[in-house]
Amino acid sequence: MSKELIRLVNCQMAFDDEIVLDDINLYFNDKEFLTLLGPSGCGKTTTLRIIGGFIKPTGGDVLFDGVRINDVPPHKRKVNTVFQKYALFPHLDVYENVAFGLRLAKLPEEEIDERVTEMLEIVSLKGFENRKVSQLSGGQQQRVAIARALVNRPKVLLLDEPLGALDLRLRKDMQNELKRIQQAMGITFIYVTHDQEEALSMSDTVVVMDKGRIQQIGTPEDIYNEPKNAFVADFIGESNILDGIMLEDRLVKFFGRKFKCVDFGFEKNEPVDVVIRPEDIDIVAPDDGHLCGTVTSVTFKGVHYDTIVDFKGFKWLIQTTDFYEVGSYIGIRLEPEDIHIMHKSEYSGMFGDYSSYSAEYDEMDDPDLYPEDAEESEEASEGGKDEE
Amino acid sequence: MKNFNKVFTVIVLLFLYIPMIVLAVGSFNSGMDIAVFKSFTFDNYKELFRDSVLLPLLLNSVIVALLSSIFATILGTCAALGIHSMGPRLRRFTMGVTNIPLTNPEIVTGVSLALLFAFVGTMMKINNILGFATLLIAHITFNLPYVILSVMPKLKQMDPNLREAALDLGCTPWQAFYKVVIHEITPGIVSGALMAFTMSLDDFVISYFVYGPRFVTLPVEIYNYTKKPLQPKIYALFTLLFAAILIVMVLMNLLQERDAKRSRENRRAFRRGKKVGA
Repeated sequence: MSKELIRLVNCQMAFDDEIVLDDINLYFNDKEFLTLLGPSGCGKTTTLRIIGGFIKPTGGDVLFDGVRINDVPPHKRKVNTVFQKYALFPHLDVYENVAFGLRLAKLPEEEIDERVTEMLEIVSLKGFENRKVSQLSGGQQQRVAIARALVNRPKVLLLDEPLGALDLRLRKDMQNELKRIQQAMGITFIYVTHDQEEALSMSDTVVVMDKGRIQQIGTPEDIYNEPKNAFVADFIGESNILDGIMLEDRLVKFFGRKFKCVDFGFEKNEPVDVVIRPEDIDIVAPDDGHLCGTVTSVTFKGVHYDTIVDFKGFKWLIQTTDFYEVGSYIGIRLEPEDIHIMHKSEYSGMFGDYSSYSAEYDEMDDPDLYPEDAEESEEASEGGKDEE
Repeated sequence: MKNFNKVFTVIVLLFLYIPMIVLAVGSFNSGMDIAVFKSFTFDNYKELFRDSVLLPLLLNSVIVALLSSIFATILGTCAALGIHSMGPRLRRFTMGVTNIPLTNPEIVTGVSLALLFAFVGTMMKINNILGFATLLIAHITFNLPYVILSVMPKLKQMDPNLREAALDLGCTPWQAFYKVVIHEITPGIVSGALMAFTMSLDDFVISYFVYGPRFVTLPVEIYNYTKKPLQPKIYALFTLLFAAILIVMVLMNLLQERDAKRSRENRRAFRRGKKVGA
């Protein structure tokens, strides 16, 4: 990988008595697309704001190119930010918004004009120079915000849920657009989102966070295929998580049955969490199955059916393109590579049971629901916003 | 029921405005008796503008109002910025403390200011400390909360990221204020200044306790006039004052209306972006 650019060392953040970041150690490589992923209030935005210089960590160090920058104010950092609600300057037109940073740097007028024009072309907003910001659609405002940040040629671009306010279709387009811009400009993107799909499809590296701690760092494939604990397994995609006992290397026991798996390096007879992804499960006739159960609910999802199957009182989610009626008795087969073993963690037993399953589970991604979330109250407690 | 509401509204408005109407009509009356309208005339206004006592006093009032509202606007805006950047608990406390003088009876504020000035005068061995300076200080003091109260909501409404975006793009904190933040809170500053100006222009109670004989404002002098039989030119003066303040108030409301319209438009644009996209 290329060279390291930013490093957080034992970073801590507390607002009053509430610990928002707990001992974060993280490094960011040059030209990397890194995503901080986690639910509301996990500390991802706080981490971003520390890198941007808007807040000082209450403990630990921030290093940029090996130099400690804890006390460097935002306007002296070589990073620029794209804010969640764009934060465009309403009193300036599109051109002047983009030119804002260059004018502050007192560049000659020709260079400003050249760079602004070039940047507006990159974000496909040529011809919008004289528009007022309020006359733009959300997607256009978003691109102005990106242009305004990138025109300063920062070494790092920080993006705080930049697509959160856009509708699904536009969000997908902008994802590709962002990835393209990042590769074209060859700079580091640090991206904050609570949308796991967005994180998986855009990033080189994903950092999963919860409760102010880093849960896992890895490539999107690592995170999905080898989740470290029940939280990651549940937050990234869907997972059936069961209690099991690791009898020996590559042999796990759950539901009173021994299964071959590909994991090793656990203690003998160590209690573990077993993850089985719903799309990995093969449904077969009851006689051929490792386990047998009854279908209790089926939801059509377009590409597949979400089928809930009751195995001895524990309900699994199975995603299959074949339709099985409610009430039918089926068997399943599990191949060794379908089974993923995790050490027990504080999250064990909290996720992965579909007993209370309802078809609403993915409505959290509703684009109309604006995330007025706990991150906002973080800001409030350091004086950003009042309780209204 | 609907009709009753209308009638009621008219009655309330009449109660509020009849005194002013009587006064205005009286100012165009050629007779001395307010109860008998003799004939229409501008004589009272002519006499007023020939008056060598009242006009300089009006000028005095305008000077105090202008200076005190300017100072109060600058100080109040700074104070609002400071209060806005406090933590929520401290902010609530400070706003409470700021609001108390608003509800405090004016006469108490007046007397306590007079006592303070007397105290300072004795300490500094200045005789007759009361004068232009004390009047100005008193007016700035009672104007401050109005400015703070009208700037604060603008600061709250402002996207806190705007200031951060300015810092992020290379602004020093001071540049971020005058290049970005001030544009967002200007409507609040203007309406605060107008409010301060009108409050100061017609203040009598507080002024009465802190003015000195060398510098008298119009409302204080008018009070002295009321002890004698009122002259019709005073009616003319009151009518003009009322008209002036009415104009300022209408102006302020128009400003607020325009501002509200603009923020409605911005909000609609933001929503449109969320729904439809590019």
